[in-house]
Amino acid sequence: MTNANRLYAGIDVGASTTKTIILDLNAVVLGYSVTESGADFQGAAEKTFRRSLDKIKGASPNTCVVVSTGYGRRNVPFADTTKTEISCHAKGSFFHFPYAHTLIDIGGQDSKIIKVNESGKRTGFKMNRKCAAGTGAFLEEMANRLRIKIGRLNGLAEAAKNDVEIGSYCTVFSATEILTKIRENVPVEDIVKGIFTSVIKRAMEMDPLDGNIVMSGGVVAHNPYFVKMFTRRIGKDIFIPPLSQLTGAFGAALFALAFEPRGGQNA
Amino acid sequence: MSEEKKVTIKKIQATGHMRKIMADYFYEMDRASKEGSPKIAWCTSVGPAELLLSLGFLVYYPENHGAMLGSTRQAMDYIPVANSVGYSPDICSYLTSDIGAFIKKETPLSRAYEGIEGVPKPDVLVYNTNQCRDVQDWFSWYARELDVPALGISTYRNIARITEDNLRSIEKQIKELIPELEKISGNAFDIDKFRHVLGLSYDCTQLWKQVLETNMAKPAPISFFDETIHMGPAVVLRGTETAVEYYKVLLKELEERVANKDGAIEDEKFRIYWEGMPIWGKLRSLAEFFIELKTAVIASTYCNSWIFDSFDPKNPFLSMARAYTEIFIVRDENFKQQYMEDMVRKYDINGVLFHDAKTCPNNSNNRYGMPQRLEEDLNIPTLTINGDLNDLRCYSEEQAKTNIEAFIEQLESK
Repeated sequence: MTNANRLYAGIDVGASTTKTIILDLNAVVLGYSVTESGADFQGAAEKTFRRSLDKIKGASPNTCVVVSTGYGRRNVPFADTTKTEISCHAKGSFFHFPYAHTLIDIGGQDSKIIKVNESGKRTGFKMNRKCAAGTGAFLEEMANRLRIKIGRLNGLAEAAKNDVEIGSYCTVFSATEILTKIRENVPVEDIVKGIFTSVIKRAMEMDPLDGNIVMSGGVVAHNPYFVKMFTRRIGKDIFIPPLSQLTGAFGAALFALAFEPRGGQNA
Repeated sequence: MSEEKKVTIKKIQATGHMRKIMADYFYEMDRASKEGSPKIAWCTSVGPAELLLSLGFLVYYPENHGAMLGSTRQAMDYIPVANSVGYSPDICSYLTSDIGAFIKKETPLSRAYEGIEGVPKPDVLVYNTNQCRDVQDWFSWYARELDVPALGISTYRNIARITEDNLRSIEKQIKELIPELEKISGNAFDIDKFRHVLGLSYDCTQLWKQVLETNMAKPAPISFFDETIHMGPAVVLRGTETAVEYYKVLLKELEERVANKDGAIEDEKFRIYWEGMPIWGKLRSLAEFFIELKTAVIASTYCNSWIFDSFDPKNPFLSMARAYTEIFIVRDENFKQQYMEDMVRKYDINGVLFHDAKTCPNNSNNRYGMPQRLEEDLNIPTLTINGDLNDLRCYSEEQAKTNIEAFIEQLESK
């Protein structure tokens, strides 16, 4: 097998979902897959890896250089190396937006704000503090509290007439605030919009949102109205990479490309 | 790649010597407690220990006990006990773990030293609020519980420049302790003994300073995590020949390591400043993690807190007042920032890690914009991790380690 046939996989084993993306030598996406991480990180990594490979004619696991990332990055025994999700998100984001920017990634378990300079080097990062407020897990918890499917949040928020204040940065306290709103007969659409606003506020208080803003992560991928609300609040455009939920996996795959130099030997 | 690499922490040969003198110290304390003589004073770790020693007291330090509770992770059994009797999970977890252990009538001393059944019974409790108000509340609990007098010194806080008025006030408070302490100890105050003890404390802390400064070498010979263990004698045995002798031994070993370029970390790539309290229950885990990352954590404010440059036996009261007032924790943000900037330059630091300890606001110096100011002034990256000195409920190992690893990746890409 020559390098031209080699494939480069990034596997992001996140707290909520596991994502695999496979690139060719020119960083063209050939296949990708997303699944729930569940309680078996290794199984989820294998499943998405296999599914991604299935989409590529003639591909086999042996042709791949694999870099894993995310909370479960060490649970991928077939990975050639690991990188933190912070480095991977920065790399993935800079590939699409090759200038200095601030990346906001809202993931299942945590939120990250990552500063990237004009050469693509990371100059700093922040992760959310201990509580889930401001993360995808917060939205899941609130949707559960309202007994609505998470996929309906975007449409409901968009239909809201008013925004309501959900002030706490404790998930449990926020749930209590929502109970109060339900008791006060506040329309569910307005409550959902308030929940989106709460996530936006948690992100904004983490770090100054300087310069160009890029957003990634599952929340962004599935909730375009959330991005619209965020844009309105910060008063400037927000750039979204393609396959935004897979930005970390994409960055990991780019690290895989760098891990195997283009002039390298055959496998 | 799924396997965590196995790493080995390099052993410091002087550790055996330290264990012996610490054991001697606790057995002597236990004997006195059982026999009722000599008298025992409990003292805060940056309290007027030299005065107590000069009056013939054996001096026991509850903060040292707190650190033992943390490093053995027994704290997690006891903090909830104190919480349940009204001591909040948000206050000092040394306090809550120590009081909780006392209520349960348990101590890590029993596991470490055969025959010791409990902490030594105090005849007096002496605090200095130079570290925080919590030490006063901590000692006050024991004063009520054991019907023992609690005496103390109230220090100024957040001060920029130390004025003569500040010092005179502290000096006066130290002197005012004497009549009561004479009564309890049964010994008359002797200025020459006081000068002698203060001189020994000075020698001890100067040697400790030299120990820490061996880390100016590259590679650095001792990690912050080992320093926090070897700091023990400077905390509990300062004012004695034993501590002075110990640090001569440790210093010699570290100087040899420097001469042989034998670093605490093989292939030291980066040098990190640790700001804030240790996470006692995770010392080993973090030490090994940094070895894996080929990163040396080599300097800290915490270990420097037991350097008392101002002790002067010729002027014992005033110099003691100065020594215990000029420490980092008492000072304002500008002083602290300047201090840290000097340390970063002195130790040629690549990055600063702030530990935001949930229950120790006074030792969490990230909370008033310091990381951002340091980044701007020194062009050096910083990282803040959330945790606690003893309460591991406040610490997410996965999140902390991911943050640290990402921080090192950031340094690598510079």
